[in-house]
Amino acid sequence: MSWTPGAKPEALKARAEAYRSIRAFFEQRDVLEVETPILGSSTATDPHLASMQLGEQSQLPHGQCRYLHTSPEFPMKRLLASGSGDIYQICKTFRAAELGGRHNPEFTMLEWYRAGFSLEALMQEVLALVNLVLGRELSFELLDYRETFLAHLHIDPFSVSLEQLKALCLERADFQAGAGMSRDDYLDLLLSALIEPTLGRGKATFLVGYPASQAALAQIQSSPAGHQVAQRFELYLEGLEIANGYRELQDAREQRQRFDADNQQREAEGKPQIPLDEHLLAALEHGMPACAGVALGIDRLLMISTGAPDIDAVLAFSWARA
Amino acid sequence: MANFSTNEFRSGLKVMLDGDPCSIIENEFVKPGKGQAFNRVKLRNLKSGRVWERTFRSGESLEGADVMEYDMEYLYNDGEFWHFMMTDGSFEQHAADEKAVADAVKWLKEQEVYVVTLFNGAPLSVTAPNFVELEVVETDPGLKGDTAQGGTKPATLSTGAVVNVPLFVNIGEVLRIDTRTGDYVSRAK
Repeated sequence: MSWTPGAKPEALKARAEAYRSIRAFFEQRDVLEVETPILGSSTATDPHLASMQLGEQSQLPHGQCRYLHTSPEFPMKRLLASGSGDIYQICKTFRAAELGGRHNPEFTMLEWYRAGFSLEALMQEVLALVNLVLGRELSFELLDYRETFLAHLHIDPFSVSLEQLKALCLERADFQAGAGMSRDDYLDLLLSALIEPTLGRGKATFLVGYPASQAALAQIQSSPAGHQVAQRFELYLEGLEIANGYRELQDAREQRQRFDADNQQREAEGKPQIPLDEHLLAALEHGMPACAGVALGIDRLLMISTGAPDIDAVLAFSWARA
Repeated sequence: MANFSTNEFRSGLKVMLDGDPCSIIENEFVKPGKGQAFNRVKLRNLKSGRVWERTFRSGESLEGADVMEYDMEYLYNDGEFWHFMMTDGSFEQHAADEKAVADAVKWLKEQEVYVVTLFNGAPLSVTAPNFVELEVVETDPGLKGDTAQGGTKPATLSTGAVVNVPLFVNIGEVLRIDTRTGDYVSRAK
């Protein structure tokens, strides 16, 4: 046990400076800083996200149950639907069971939404912000998900067989297939174990063209190669995943279907059901402006700017020290 | 034994994998931006000593291995087993076979204390202390006045181990040996 902080004074200063730069960046661009609740009556349904929960023991008003948010996405979209215009937020977010050299269960996220922005315009803005915080001039690289799998692993993620994926995961990533692994799960392993470490070396790499099944809350479109792909990007710097952006889904019916599908998958995997965020669904029903949004991990960006070996070195008190 | 989920994996945890007891060396959590999380784990197979690399889906669990380490005094060898006794005052004895004793056999000296790892109550491995003091039973005669030069010669110790020693060492002398490398360290005082 140690009472001392994991972050050296330089890292604490780097964080304070990053917040100053980010706030100046958005002020200049006329994007409003907002604050939304950390504790919500609903939370993300994504089966791969585990929300922390305050239950009956917590003595909340009216004996209610609340979730610590995994991102401020839902309430921020409600603000957009209410006519807020462009907004950003810097906040603590929480994800149970995510702990390691690049994960802390409590971490800081910068999330922002831009009305009328295309995915391309948002990627350019993300790069401008990243370069400002890092004080560098990283170049922009755009990689396609399918082409990247073809180049690294010689497989087409849209047509590769489950058997081939299994064999590849065993051979290249020491993974012995268990029950309940989907195509996307295998692709996720190959991406994080074999491809991610090579991305964003000396530049800012944006990965796009994710399969529609990995769209989360992004719109779906047809790719030039004729596949259904998500309007989604991930930014990588030095092998580290930094940001995840979408051309945001606006259709309330489609949103409800995705929530329901998530809960079905949760049931199949024995994970808890999540009450649907009816506030968000009502807001989408009312109408949310066409927009693109992105969530960026501040702690990871600070790892890059300070050359930190792990996330502990940019946090005053990481999970083990808190 | 209890089951341990990947988020309980930490260095030193003993788990069963493919029927063998293993000790976790490293546990790295990986997750793409969205999607399934995995744990890339390095484990030492405690039977073979080999290091295994395995990837698990986060949330998967492994059965714990009933593996404990004890200080035990080496008593004697009966031709088939090497007998050890607990140093906790219980006088409990354990017989280790050739596989468990393995390379440590070279450094076994009666009344010396070793770390004996028990798996399901039976010796799985024996680890010698980092340094042991053993008597030379055979070597070429020592060369007087040759203490400064760097030459070495083989010497057989009381346990049968052969180590390279400086030329001045004589039969009957007690030497301090580093068991991790098998190197001569010094003459024992």
